[in-house]
Amino acid sequence: MFGEGILKGLAETARNFLGSYVSKKRLTTVQYPEQRLPQIEAYRNFPFLVYDGDDWQQGLRCVSCFICEKECPPKCIIIEKSTDKKPDAVGKLQFYPKVFNIDVSVCMSCQICVEVCPFDAIKMDTDFELSSTDRFSGLLWDKKHLAKSNEHYHKIHPTEAAAVDAQLAAERAKIAAKTKATAEAKPATPTPPANANGAGPNAANQPVPTATEK
Amino acid sequence: MSTATEPVRILPQSPANSGSDSGEGQLLEVSMGPQHPSTHGVFRMDVVLDGERVVRLKPVFGYLHRNHEKIAEHETYLGSMPYTDRLDYICSLTNNWAYALAVEKLAGIQVPERAEYIRIITAEMTRFLNHAALIGFLTQDMGASGTPLMYAFRERETILDLFESLTGARMMCNYMRFGGCRVDLPAGWLDQAKKFAATLPRFLEEFERLLATNEILMARTQGVGVLSKEFAVNAGVTGPVLRASGVNYDVRKVDKYGIYDRFAFKVPLGEHGDTYDRYMIRLLEMRESLKILNQALRDIPEGPIVDPKTKIRGFKPKPGEAYGRIEAPKGELGFYLISDGTANPYRYRVRSSCMMNLTVLEDLCIGHNVADVVVILGSIDIVMGEVDR
Repeated sequence: MFGEGILKGLAETARNFLGSYVSKKRLTTVQYPEQRLPQIEAYRNFPFLVYDGDDWQQGLRCVSCFICEKECPPKCIIIEKSTDKKPDAVGKLQFYPKVFNIDVSVCMSCQICVEVCPFDAIKMDTDFELSSTDRFSGLLWDKKHLAKSNEHYHKIHPTEAAAVDAQLAAERAKIAAKTKATAEAKPATPTPPANANGAGPNAANQPVPTATEK
Repeated sequence: MSTATEPVRILPQSPANSGSDSGEGQLLEVSMGPQHPSTHGVFRMDVVLDGERVVRLKPVFGYLHRNHEKIAEHETYLGSMPYTDRLDYICSLTNNWAYALAVEKLAGIQVPERAEYIRIITAEMTRFLNHAALIGFLTQDMGASGTPLMYAFRERETILDLFESLTGARMMCNYMRFGGCRVDLPAGWLDQAKKFAATLPRFLEEFERLLATNEILMARTQGVGVLSKEFAVNAGVTGPVLRASGVNYDVRKVDKYGIYDRFAFKVPLGEHGDTYDRYMIRLLEMRESLKILNQALRDIPEGPIVDPKTKIRGFKPKPGEAYGRIEAPKGELGFYLISDGTANPYRYRVRSSCMMNLTVLEDLCIGHNVADVVVILGSIDIVMGEVDR
């Protein structure tokens, strides 16, 4: 019969329409922003700089090695190195970024900066409401804006953060043991351990590691 | 559905117009696009019309050109991976795979078994969502405004949720790496995927009942835009469009890249090469994709997901060249790379399936009504991100 196919299709739409009164599963729309879906752990949107402890300036893990700036595909990271040094996450004296800017409007959320970072200093945030009324400074985030605590990292990516913490603790223990061993062998003049960082950063970009008391 | 909404002008000095004072037999040149809603992106067609009939058609593209290949020559090999997501932005995971395959050939990297399975699972899901969305858009072009598209998007949404929990992004996945994948499947992902795959046959039944025997759809598509076997082969058409014309050519079967030789699946073939065949072939391919998906989800082994010897930083393959190709949802997607031993490729070329398939558009459209142009274009399945690059 001509028109049978159309009627069949209409029966299907009617079934879906009436079904939506019976089954809540058929109502798939989420009324954002009033309703929100639960955050997916793997979700990534924009990088942030991790810091340990309470003071973001002291605790920043970034040692301004420029690897992420070089590897970033759209080149949205701008770093300027400091002239002095401070202890980093594993206790070595390192440079720190004097300037660390990321351009929100250029970043494409690809996570390559996170993958190449040998210091676990830059991670992806899950915040996606990044709009600003100021198109210049509002979209160029400086390091104060980018710095977020390790607790925040634990909150958004618990599994990943726990693994990173375990790795950093192991490195810290390794360096402490090595420093102690060197100190015992030559108590008068402690020599710095040769590249004690287990993560193996590029030798060319790596600032010379220096032993500390820890 | 209005098709001729763009500015219309009468050809001033066309040879066909000479000698006609009454206005009869005059040709109209209509510029369809680039803002036309049914051109699937910023694509323009210069259509010359005799009444409603298409006499000539000139595709004009390049509005979305963003220098992908040249940029890639200045990026590291890894740095181009997120850009491949943006080629055919509906199916980013198959783009990733094609590029990863080319680099793996170039550098001679082996992929662990589990990673191969993950690649196949994600690629077949991508094929499924692409075909579902395509059928939705195609029927939208024919005037079935909304309903089939929304049904398709309902399923697509579930697949995108799976992608998000695996890769971290819904569309710009950036997931494959040279020698494997970036992260392992999160806990519970496989069960979720299996549960989802179990609901798909019902969706396919529903989707087929909704439209396959619809008289309006048949009237609009059968015999429209017939692509002959010989012409399809000569024009370099690939993918579902080629198979709808009856040519048995599927890179999954021909190359058996990855581990496709382990899966039992059929290659659906069309008979007439018209728009209806191109529509039906996608429905059938979705069923075959589902078969592969079920087998892969069942057999996936434990193990590493990436070759531990591949370096993330300082990746420099030996000088040489390689061409890696896969059967992307839209056709053969290939990446041709030349390495000169540095961190950047010397030459990076994309063999885009959409663009090759688009070249036959004029021949399919001539002689048909202007409303059919929209349907034929829809059935070719283009994404401007890949056509223009």
